[in-house]
Amino acid sequence: MPLLRVRDLSVTSGSLTLVNGVNLEVNAGERVGLIGESGSGKSLTALAIAGLLGEGLRASGEVSLDGEDLVAATERRRCEVRGSRIAMVFQEPMSALNPTRRIGDQVGETLRIHQGLSRRSAEKAAVDLLRRVEFADPERYVRMYPHELSGGQRQRVMIASAISCDPEVILADEPTTALDVTVQRRVLDLLDRLVDESGCALLLIAHDLAVVSEVCDRVVTMYGGRVVESGSVAQIIDDPHHPYTKALLATSKALSVAETSLGTSLPSIPGTVPNAGQFPRGCPFRDRCDRRVEACVEVPPTLVRDTRTLACWNPVVDDEPVLEEAP
Amino acid sequence: MGIGMPPLDQPTTTGDNEPYVFEVARGRGWRRWLHNPSALIGSIIVVLVVASALVSLVWTPYSPLAVDPSHALSGPSLRHLLGTDEYGRDVFSRLMASSQVALFVGVLSVLIATAVGIPAGLLAAERRGATGQVVLRLADILYGFPALLAAVVLAAAFGASKSTVVLAIGISYIPVFVRVTRSNALVVLNSEYVLAARAYGRRPLAIMRRHVIPNIMTTIIAQMSLLFSLAVLAETALDFLGLGTAPPAASWGTMLQSSQNYLGNDPLLTVWPSVAIVLCVLGFSLFGDGISELRDVRGHR
Repeated sequence: MPLLRVRDLSVTSGSLTLVNGVNLEVNAGERVGLIGESGSGKSLTALAIAGLLGEGLRASGEVSLDGEDLVAATERRRCEVRGSRIAMVFQEPMSALNPTRRIGDQVGETLRIHQGLSRRSAEKAAVDLLRRVEFADPERYVRMYPHELSGGQRQRVMIASAISCDPEVILADEPTTALDVTVQRRVLDLLDRLVDESGCALLLIAHDLAVVSEVCDRVVTMYGGRVVESGSVAQIIDDPHHPYTKALLATSKALSVAETSLGTSLPSIPGTVPNAGQFPRGCPFRDRCDRRVEACVEVPPTLVRDTRTLACWNPVVDDEPVLEEAP
Repeated sequence: MGIGMPPLDQPTTTGDNEPYVFEVARGRGWRRWLHNPSALIGSIIVVLVVASALVSLVWTPYSPLAVDPSHALSGPSLRHLLGTDEYGRDVFSRLMASSQVALFVGVLSVLIATAVGIPAGLLAAERRGATGQVVLRLADILYGFPALLAAVVLAAAFGASKSTVVLAIGISYIPVFVRVTRSNALVVLNSEYVLAARAYGRRPLAIMRRHVIPNIMTTIIAQMSLLFSLAVLAETALDFLGLGTAPPAASWGTMLQSSQNYLGNDPLLTVWPSVAIVLCVLGFSLFGDGISELRDVRGHR
């Protein structure tokens, strides 16, 4: 049985369906990448898994951790699970730390909640945790306030508090997106190493496919609140079947080519991600897809073959381009 | 207006959802306090008012109640610094004694308003559904009920006294604190670090205690200071109308009231309590402004 099993997870806001029937599995120690453009429902999926949806959002379906359904659980029970068994790393390290509390206090907070540590011993533990996330002088940093730290340092602080209770799974929501390119690498390597050492599972949300292909074992592509394709990194990166995945990949590959040859135009996926509720009926990608067929007005069924899933009426099987050159 | 009805506060945020940053280094905070004119002048006046109230508890130049008909309505002199009133009572002593009343009413009415308003505001912020709406509508109903009317009703029911004034003003300020607390708490509750705290497994009550309350405290204190000054104004008005402190006890409102009969003989008699009222109200408002300005670090940089 997978460690984390998401079955038919939907998130609704009033009459809008923002996440629609997502199925997802993360095995113990496995690293799963969740990719897709902004507005595809990746972050909402992660928040729904952790039971952290904001006011007015409602999750339905099943999110089970070791067989225990968290959607049906009480908030009290979810509080016990959050932080201790499911940890989160957020996109914005700038605002995810309380500006009025010292770093040591915030790194040790999870330990104080779940393991009943005293303020003093939590601070001692915070020093060790900061050392684990490569702070050279942790005794000094525990007494600092968030505004005295750089973005990369703050994200490492967030990671330190995420790993503090040895969670079974870490949900990392674009942990490097808000950072300078120069420190992205370092934070990512750190996360990679810590996940490796602790053997915990990782659900990494990213839109940078290079990151996902490097860190993850499996990839799940989301668009319009639905999972459109999933499979192992090798399968998805080398041989995407869904036109959307292929288009995403092409933009990312073209970027690395463009770095070497300036002046060439970058490929892009035509159109933009519609606002929630304005996705077309049927396949959500159909009005941006150049492989659309008549069947696309119906929601494609999710086909499962071995380790991959696919929801497309007209999948890419050969190597024809699905991209439009930007003018 | 007139009876010290404060405006319903807009969310005291800095525009976007970014939480304001506290001044952390204490030394710098004090220096900035001294360099902020409204904070500096405000705190000087506040200290003066508080000091005169404290001193008047044990000492005043004359007893504020001692009648001396032979020296009635004598103007300022060395014997009586600010002169005497129609019964020959020393105006300076009565002004000092009045500051007790002002502080008593101001402090207690603000305490009543915060004791009810802050928990209600936090509740309305945490429970945004039906519970929150009920709290807000109750606050609206209270807000629609003028303090003056409350004072009249209470005075009719229990007899005019300082306590009825405190109660009337305190109750009428509850909705202000409900709204200020709620709007500021909402900003904090919607912040990323509260989301992070929830992801750590913090329970809602602990989030209120650890994150929300410390972050909205400066705003609340600033608001308390502003409402305190308005409470003093309301108290004077109620006393002036005979709905509060009963003569012969001294209060700025009753002094003003009795002085109007002697406006022709001794206009200064009207000036002294007026000046005291204006200074006190101004002092506490400036003090409150100073706190608000200090809080907004970005405005300073």
